[in-house]
Amino acid sequence: MEKISVKVCTGTTCFVMGGANLQELHDIIPKKYGDKVELTASNCLGLCSINWEYSKAPYVKVNEEVVSEATAEKVIEEIDRQLAKQ
Amino acid sequence: MNNLGQAIHIKKEILVRIIKAFLSDDFEHQARLIPYDMRPKGMEVPYRCCVYKERAIIKDRTIAGLGFPIEEDDERVSLSDYAKQALERTQISEKNLTVLQAACKGCATNRIYVTDLCQGCVARPCQTTCKFGAISIVNGRSVIDDTKCKKCQMCVNACPYKAIVKISVPCEDSCPVGAIKKDETGFASIDYDKCINCGRCTAACPFGAVHERSQIIDILKAIKSDKKVIAMIAPSIIGQFPGNIYQLKTAIINSGFDDVYEVAQGADVTANTEAKEFIERMEEGQNFMTTSCCAGYNQLIKKHLSEIKPFVSDTKTPLYYTAEIVKKEHSNAVTVFVSPCVAKRAEGYENPNVDYVMSYEELGALFVAKKIQITELEESKYIVESSKQGRNFGYSGGVAESVKKSLKDEDSVKPCIINGLNKDSIKQLKKYAASGVCEGCNLVEVMCCEGGCIGGNATLNNQKTAKKLIDNFTQNSEDIKKVE
Repeated sequence: MEKISVKVCTGTTCFVMGGANLQELHDIIPKKYGDKVELTASNCLGLCSINWEYSKAPYVKVNEEVVSEATAEKVIEEIDRQLAKQ
Repeated sequence: MNNLGQAIHIKKEILVRIIKAFLSDDFEHQARLIPYDMRPKGMEVPYRCCVYKERAIIKDRTIAGLGFPIEEDDERVSLSDYAKQALERTQISEKNLTVLQAACKGCATNRIYVTDLCQGCVARPCQTTCKFGAISIVNGRSVIDDTKCKKCQMCVNACPYKAIVKISVPCEDSCPVGAIKKDETGFASIDYDKCINCGRCTAACPFGAVHERSQIIDILKAIKSDKKVIAMIAPSIIGQFPGNIYQLKTAIINSGFDDVYEVAQGADVTANTEAKEFIERMEEGQNFMTTSCCAGYNQLIKKHLSEIKPFVSDTKTPLYYTAEIVKKEHSNAVTVFVSPCVAKRAEGYENPNVDYVMSYEELGALFVAKKIQITELEESKYIVESSKQGRNFGYSGGVAESVKKSLKDEDSVKPCIINGLNKDSIKQLKKYAASGVCEGCNLVEVMCCEGGCIGGNATLNNQKTAKKLIDNFTQNSEDIKKVE
C-alpha cells in the first residue's frame, strides 16, 4: 500500500487566510493514520497565483488532489476518500 | 482568533484587495471595483439573495476597510469617493468599530421561544415555574407573552422536552459590558460610552457584521511618504505567521517599513517596574495589586470599574514603554503598533507616541498583497533581544510570571489569574475592589481575552498552537533581569 502524501502549504497567503489552523493536523494525522499518511509542511505550492488567487486559500495537496479553502475536516475527508480507493 | 470561517475570510480578502488597489496606479478606480471583482457577473451567489445584494454588502465591508463608519453611509457615495477621502484625511477616529447593519437582518432578536416540540403536557412546568405570569396555554400549547417575559430562562430549564429555547444574539451574548444591542428595528448598534473595545462582538457575529475601522490606508500613506515608519510588534505575534520573528522582521521591512521593534522589549520594562511597585505596595500593607497592561481591562476600569483603581498598578503598558523608546531614538518617525486586538486601537489613540495601530489580519493582508513569502527570507536581528518572560506576555499567566521572575524572592508573589473578562469575572473583580481583599493571592493578572492576547479578536492562529509555538521559541530566550 502506498503512503498518502499530504502537503500543507505554509506560504504566507495560505497561512494568513486560515492555514495557521491546519497545524493541528500535525497532532491529528499521526494519531489517526499512523504511518499510512505522510504529512509535510510545504513552501508555497504556487496555487494562490493561479486562477482563484487568494480567495480559495488555504490549500492542501492530498497526493495529486488539491483541497481548497482547506480545513482539518476537509483534509481528513479527502484522506479517507483516497484510502477507501486503495 | 475567531472560527467564523467564511465571514473572516471575506474580511481578509477585502483587506488584501484594498491594499492592492492602493498599490496600483489608480487607487480610487480599483477600490470602486472591489465588489465587482469579488462577485463578478455570472458567478454563483454564495450567501445572499442575489449578486447585487452581495456586492452591496461587500461595498459596506470595504467602507470599514477604508476606515469609515458603515452606519453613516447614505449609499450615494461611491467607493472611489471613500478612497479619495481616505487619502485626504489627516486624522483617525476614536471610534474603532462599525456595524454592517444590513447583515443584522438575518438574525432574530433575543427572546425566549416555544418551539414545535411543545407537547402541551398536563404538568405544565413552564407555566408553574414562570414568576412573571408570561406563559399561557393557547390551543393546548405554551405561548410566551414577550411583554411580560424577563428572559430569566426558568421555563427553558423546566421543560422536560427541551421545547423552549433562548434565541441568542451572539454579539449581545459575547459583550461583557452590555455595550452592543439589537434595537427595536432589529439592527445592532454599539454604545461607545460603554464599549471597552474588547472586540468580542467582531469575533462572535456569524454574519461578520461588526468590523474594525482599519487604519491601513493611513499606514500605507505614511509608508509611501518620505517619513520613517517603524513597526512595533506585540509579543503575541510569535506563532501568528509562518517562519520565526527574525524572518518576520525582514518581511515587515520588505513590505515597506523602515525598522521593527519587539514590544516584548517594553514588556521587560513593564515587568521590572511592576515588580518594584509590587514590593512597595505590599510593604505599604495593601492586600493585592492588579496588573495594568491589558488595554481592554484599562477601558473597563475607566468606564465601568473605577472602584478598583486604587489596586491597579500604575506601571505603564509594554506598548507605552516601547513607543517611548522608539520616539526617543527616532523623533520624526511614524510609529505603528501591530496588534492582536481592537482594544489596543483605543490605547494607541490615547497615546501620542503611537501614531497608528494595525491588526495581525491587516499585516497578513499586506504580506499577501505584496506576495511576501516569510519562510524564504533571511533573518534580521533586533537591536535589543527581549527576555523569555517579556516574550511570554501574550498568553494568560505570562504577565504574572514575569513579575515573579523579576523578583529575587519569587515566592512572595501569589498570583491569581483573571483569564478573560466576562460578567462573572467582572463581578469577581468588583468583589475584590469592595473588600480590598483577594483571598490567598496578592497579584491579580487581568487579561480581557480568554487565553490572553493570543485569544485576541484579530489573531490568525488558534490559541493552542500559538501557545506551543511561543513556548518553543522562547525556551531559548534569556531570563528577565531581576530588580534590586
